[in-house]
Formats: sequence, structure tokens, C-alpha cells
Amino acid sequence: MAEPVIVARDLNLVFQTNDGPVHALKDVNLTINKGDFVSFIGPSGCGKTTFLRAIAALEHPTGGVLTVNGMTPDEARRKRAYGYVFQAAGLYPWRTIAGNIRLPLEIMGFSKAEQEERIAQVLDLVELSGFGKKFPWQLSGGMQQRASIARALAFDADILLMDEPFGALDEIVRDRLNEEVLKLWARTGKTIGFVTHSIPEAVYLSTKIVVMSPRPGRITDVIDSPLPKERPLDIRDSAAFIEISHRVREGLRAGHSDE
Amino acid sequence: MNRILPVLTVVLVIVVLWYAAAVQLNKAWVYDQAERAGEPAPGFGALVGLTMNQDRPVLPTPHQVVVELAKSTFGMAVTSKKSLVYHGWVTISATLLGFVMGTTLGVLLAVGIIHNKAMDLSVMPWAIASQTIPILAIAPMIIVVMNSMGIQGLIPKAIISAFLSFFPVLVGMVKGLRSPDQMQLDLLSTYSASQGQTFWKLRLPSSMPYLFTSLKVGIAASLVGAIVGELPTGAVAGLGARLLSGSYYGQTVQIWAALFAAALVAAALVAVVGAVERRTLRRMGMAR
Ligand SMILES: Nc1ncnc2c1ncn2[C@@H]1O[C@H](COP(=O)(O)OP(=O)(O)OP(=O)(O)O)[C@@H](O)[C@H]1O
Ligand SMILES: [Mg+2]
Repeated sequence: MAEPVIVARDLNLVFQTNDGPVHALKDVNLTINKGDFVSFIGPSGCGKTTFLRAIAALEHPTGGVLTVNGMTPDEARRKRAYGYVFQAAGLYPWRTIAGNIRLPLEIMGFSKAEQEERIAQVLDLVELSGFGKKFPWQLSGGMQQRASIARALAFDADILLMDEPFGALDEIVRDRLNEEVLKLWARTGKTIGFVTHSIPEAVYLSTKIVVMSPRPGRITDVIDSPLPKERPLDIRDSAAFIEISHRVREGLRAGHSDE
Repeated sequence: MNRILPVLTVVLVIVVLWYAAAVQLNKAWVYDQAERAGEPAPGFGALVGLTMNQDRPVLPTPHQVVVELAKSTFGMAVTSKKSLVYHGWVTISATLLGFVMGTTLGVLLAVGIIHNKAMDLSVMPWAIASQTIPILAIAPMIIVVMNSMGIQGLIPKAIISAFLSFFPVLVGMVKGLRSPDQMQLDLLSTYSASQGQTFWKLRLPSSMPYLFTSLKVGIAASLVGAIVGELPTGAVAGLGARLLSGSYYGQTVQIWAALFAAALVAAALVAVVGAVERRTLRRMGMAR
């Protein structure tokens, strides 16, 4: 039975700027169920980041209802409902990789022993065991981004929010990390919200693809993927994959044409 | 090696220019002497010889300064009133105390400024205003006021040092504590981190490179403050006192030796801060 985790009802978010109000999200309705892998795709400025940040209580909606685990986003944050991965790894240069992963654990008051245990566990999960004592600058960009995912996983929140986590990486590294994220998702059963600009990435990863369009930012299509949970990289040549990609592309084009 | 050569060249040029200037500035006295003795003015060779080792030259020659520096540093018991080590230590102790006070004040004000809107708006203008007052104008007042309260010696000088050194630390720390970008602050709010945790875990470590840059400026300013603090008191000890007594008695060699001693002390203090900086930043993995 699908259990709703994130629910948005007629969600609106307007930024007041010097050039007047910017309607970043308009009448957004969406339900994300437990264990879903949801991708948000759309042209720049369509409110993908804003929506993710609203779920994380980093922005506050100006209208409508948004609940996370049945609570307000603020309450959910205090209950450590989610881990957030930013576009840049944003590791602290003065902390080792293990030290960076320890950061949320220290703040949330985990015991020393439990900190060590969890660090070892998530390092293993993102395949960085043995790199705990390294400093961030000693790692490649892809490894740094994996470390930042480990940091978001460390306190074992049920929801993982990722805003273009691999946007700055080249395609080969990206493919590998996409595979790893899928494995991680399969192993942990987390609910994942994932922002991307790449159609193949969205289709490859998601169980649900949310197509958005800008000015005002809104959802134009929600596609439930028929692809199986088990996804080797070459699934991208299958007919089903190409068909979904096509539908996403159509959705994006439709969003653009009615400007 | 290819770094030593340019440095040596510059030093050589300075020394040559200095000797030339010494001959030029000191020759008046030589001509004067010759005239009084009724002798003809000496030729160039003799003139150069007579300008090299005068007792009270207008401009002492480099070797005179070096000899005086060496004599008053190594040639005296360190407790002697003529020892530069003694005077240097008097000044350094005031410098260090003032530096600690100034740094503490600067850091505390910076912490207040970034956490408190009212302080943010009110402290900075005053801090800037304080630095536009010529230190020579307020140093005597501090000394006199403290003196009337029965406080003499080290403390008033340290206060003047602190007055000069808190400012670079304040400016650097405000910038440093504000250096984390929005993403890093957002990351901490996703953990629901408190203001205190944000300070200790993010703002303070981020500010370290800024702090050390400020400390280098601050310690040099502290030394200036301590020396200036020794001038108006008729202080009997300290590099400032050496400068003052040198100028009372026309002992230009002594003045220059004290000036060089002050410069060497400043260089040494800055170098110490630099060494601590490298060690700290390397240990923090932030060395560049
Ligand atoms: N803090 C803010 N203040 C004012 N306007 C903002 C703010 N954040 C975002 N916006 C505006 O809201 C709109 C949506 O921005 P958002 O960052 O969510 O877009 P996006 O879909 O993530 O774009 P991109 O793909 O470029 O990251 C944009 O028009 C943007 O200019
Ligand atoms: Mg974005």
C-alpha cells in the first residue's frame, strides 16, 4: 500500500524581489509515496530548487499546504526527516572525509561510538571505505560528491533530497554515480527527490518523473515509470526507456511553447 | 638561490646609496671643522674618510649602526640600561600584552557584530572613528589618566598597543566569520543546528585564514603602539625611550640602532605569527 510521505496541495511560493514578485511555484499538487524515486526536470528557473528547498524548510511557501511525513516541513526537519545534497559537495576543507560525515552526527548529539559506526557504514555504502582520513582536496570531484551523499545518509533520514548532485561532473563519472545511487536506493529503501537537467538521468533513475515549466513555475506532467526496479545501464536502449524519454521531451516542449 | 640574488642586489644598492647619502649629509661638519682650524677644505678622499665615523653624524653610516647594534645587543649584560636586549624586552612585553588584549577585544567585538543587529550597526563606525584619531594625540592622555589612577609602566603602554591592534583583528574577523557561503549555512540549517553550533563548527574555522592575516597586521601595530607609548612618559626603559634619549643628546647612532632593533623585532614577531599560521592551517588541512 502506497504511503504518502510528501504531499503538496495548491502550493504557491512567491519571492518578493526588487523587480516585483517572482512566482516560483504556482498551484503545485504532488504526492510522493514512501520509497519513490522522484526526479524533477525542467528548464532553468522553473522552481525545481525552490520546491526541494520548501520540502527542506529552507524556503517557506506563501500559499497552500505542504506536509512531510504528515508534519510541517519545519517540524519534519527538527525530526531529522531528510538529508539534503547540494549541487556542490560543500565539504569542510578543514575536516577529513570522516570528519565531514561526523558533522551532522555531532550536531544531532550521537554518541562517539555510534558516530564511528555510522561513518564506517555510510562510507561503505558510497564505496569510499579507506578514504575517511583523507582531506576533501585529496579526492576527485566525483568522490567528493559521494562523500557529501554519505554525509546526508549518515543520520539515516527516510528522505534524501538531491539538487543536481552530479551537475558539475562529466558524463562517465555521472553514469557510474547514477548506478550507485540506484543501488543505494534499492538497499536502503529511502524516498528520494532528485533534481536534474538531464532527460536520460531522470528516466534512468526515477519511478516518477515530474516535468516542470517556468514563469510561473508549475508542474506540467507527472510520469509514473513502468521500468522495473532492477536497471542495468543498457536499459537506456530499450523501447520503454526511449518512449518515456520521448514523453518527457514532449512535456518540456509543451511547457516552453505556451509562453 | 635565484631568490637570494635579487634580495642581495637590493640590499647592496641600498647600502651604496646609504653611504653616498652619509658622505653628502655629514660633509658640512667636516668643512666646518677645517674652516675653524684654518686648514684648507679636504679633498674628496679625505672627506669620505672623515664622514665615515663621526661621533654625532647627521646620518650614521651602515657599519656604525651595525657596530652599535651589535655592541648594545651582545656587548652588554642584558640587565644593563645600555643593553638593547633589556630595552627590547621591555617593549616586547608591552607589545605582547597589548596584542593579546587587542586581539581579544577585536574577536569579541566581531562575534558580537555578526550575532547582534544593533552591534552590527553601531560598533563599526566607532571602531573606524577610533582609528582616525592620531595615536600621538591620545597616547599621552592614556598615560596621564592611567598615571593619575596610580597605574604605570606596562599596562598603559599595552592599552595603547591594544588600541591600535584591535582594529585589524576586528575587521578581519567580521569578514572571516561571515565568509561561509549561503550553501554551507543552509546545510547546517538542514541539521537544525543552533547558532552556537554554527559558530563553533562553521564560522570560526572558516575565519582562521582571515584571523591570521589580521594578526600579522595587528602585532606590527602593537609594536608601534608600545613604542609610541614609551615616548611621552619620559620612560626610562624600552626602545621608545632609547629613541627619545638618543634624540635628546643628539646620539644619532643610538637612534638608528634603536630603529633597526625595532624593525628586527617587528619582523621577528610577524614571522612568529606566520609560523603559527602555517602550522595551524596545515593541521586544519587549509594550507594553500
Ligand atoms: N531567494 C530568492 N529570491 C528571489 N527569487 C528567487 C530566489 N530563489 C529563486 N528565485 C527565483 O525563483 C525562480 C525559480 O528558481 P529556482 O532556483 O527554483 O529554479 P530552478 O528550477 O532550480 O533553476 P535551475 O535549473 O537553474 O537551478 C527563478 O525565477 C528564480 O529567479
Ligand atoms: Mg536549481
